[in-house]
Amino acid sequence: MINASLTQLAALLAQKKISSVELTSAYLDRIARFNPVLNAFVTVDETASLAQAAAADARIASGAAATLTGIPIAHKDIFCADGWRTTCGSRMLANFVAPYDAHVVSQFKNAGMVSLGKTNMDEFAMGSSNETSYFGAVKNPWDITAVPGGSSGGSAAAVAARLAPAATGTDTGGSIRQPAALTGITGLKPTYGVVSRYGMIAFASSLDQAGPMAKSAEDCALLMNVMAGFDERDSTSLERPVEDYTRDLAQPMAGLRIGLPREYFGEGLSDEVARGVEAALAEYRKLGAQTVEVSLPNTRLSIPVYYVLAPAEASTNLARFDGVRYGYRAPDYKDLTDMYEQTRAQGFGAEVKRRIMIGTYVLSHGYYDAYYLQAQKIRRLIAQDFTEAFAHCDVIMGPTTPETAFDFGDKSSDPIAMYLSDIYTIAVNLAGLPGMSVPCAIAANGRPIGLQLIGDYFSESRLLGIAHQYQRVTDWHERMPPNSEQQI
Amino acid sequence: MSLTLLDVKRVARLAHIAVSEDEAAIYQQQINGVFDLIAQMQAVDTTGVVPMAHAQDLNQRLRDDIVTEPDLHEKFQSIAPQVAEGLYLVPQVIE
Repeated sequence: MINASLTQLAALLAQKKISSVELTSAYLDRIARFNPVLNAFVTVDETASLAQAAAADARIASGAAATLTGIPIAHKDIFCADGWRTTCGSRMLANFVAPYDAHVVSQFKNAGMVSLGKTNMDEFAMGSSNETSYFGAVKNPWDITAVPGGSSGGSAAAVAARLAPAATGTDTGGSIRQPAALTGITGLKPTYGVVSRYGMIAFASSLDQAGPMAKSAEDCALLMNVMAGFDERDSTSLERPVEDYTRDLAQPMAGLRIGLPREYFGEGLSDEVARGVEAALAEYRKLGAQTVEVSLPNTRLSIPVYYVLAPAEASTNLARFDGVRYGYRAPDYKDLTDMYEQTRAQGFGAEVKRRIMIGTYVLSHGYYDAYYLQAQKIRRLIAQDFTEAFAHCDVIMGPTTPETAFDFGDKSSDPIAMYLSDIYTIAVNLAGLPGMSVPCAIAANGRPIGLQLIGDYFSESRLLGIAHQYQRVTDWHERMPPNSEQQI
Repeated sequence: MSLTLLDVKRVARLAHIAVSEDEAAIYQQQINGVFDLIAQMQAVDTTGVVPMAHAQDLNQRLRDDIVTEPDLHEKFQSIAPQVAEGLYLVPQVIE
């Protein structure tokens, strides 16, 4: 059952072959058993989860169930959930109990899904390995000496180890797709503006976007049907007609034009990841798709542009953490300014402080034009690269990451090496496009490899269909990490 | 370009983050490493390119100027470090 799809779980619940309380208890048992090693969850509240499950059972019995009613889901600890501790992976919010629900959380609650708890993450979503979490790093279920990726590493590990059938994530520079790739699961970052950011603790507001993380594209499509949609409480939420994200799942691949950016297959890409991606492309060709070479010439610049824009936005967003209204306050201080400075020095970790300082600098008088404005101009060039590429193809494919999951400590002492590992994901956020990662191979070291799919604006439904057709003829998404097989 | 130790301390003060001498030296080295990376941008000719602030070209939505939220100040203040009589307490700033 731990490897069942959301559709299969929904059928078991509808046929009363299992109750939501039984299903939720089974996952809570797995969390109790595996989380001490994996550290994927930072908050679990069995009483609250089981109360939600009992309510879901009552709803199913009354005949008022929605598609996913009674199915458990884990939430990245960046989403405020009323009454739940919401830490964002930071000492600053280590004791913060959210007073309201994020839009995404309330959407899943209204759908009758059961929250299994809050998943670990890089502090304020700043990191690619989960090593910046105040609560300790998440371990990769495939190999506990490897990072799970970040920043949504807890959600990724939870789904990979089958501690949850699905999870929420957020992606500012690759934080859904990269951990999905490194843990062998499926994740989707939607077009910017498709999912409301209300109640999602802000990192870089022009890039942050929430999305689903699950075992398969089909499951992600069902989750998107719940989480996407207009919300007036997010000023950048897009007013668009309601979509059924499952509508293109059955679309055939014949005639599909797959664009392969030459910049994604060059220097820096490991041979093994390249082979994994090439094998996936061969499957698509067998299904009738054709591949064409395209170019995204400004890819290399996406990293410097991101490390100006994201810290700049973070430095303003994180100014709210001052020890006055919520969160941590330093115990000792001389005056108001000292209270701010001590609170922020003690409440934030090193990576967060580094980015706040970079952001403060690039926004300061005399440097704004040279850094911030120049980065925004190159951001447009990067977005135009994609527009030109999509004139020649329907979808872009390539690796999600240059290599498989790296070992703990490999990059944590060298911020630049860590930043460069996001070379294939960041440009998608800068352009605001939808992107996915789908498991497509397992390397000789036993660690998964991810295939990235990038679509044009609002093509989520098509992307999910393209991923689903691949998953119909392959079983990489069904593979589980060693030792997770013990049935429940 | 590179930041001096003084620059780092000035930025930390602007950002309201206390840093010790030792920390400032570490941040200086790390932040300069990031600026070496950022420097790649300077070689790009962006004459005539319109800055892209956002992924979607949107106009700010407006709504009617009416009260839409209930008063939840007790709930919101229950999570504050220090409150009294509905007020947030901070160190005295006016003698």
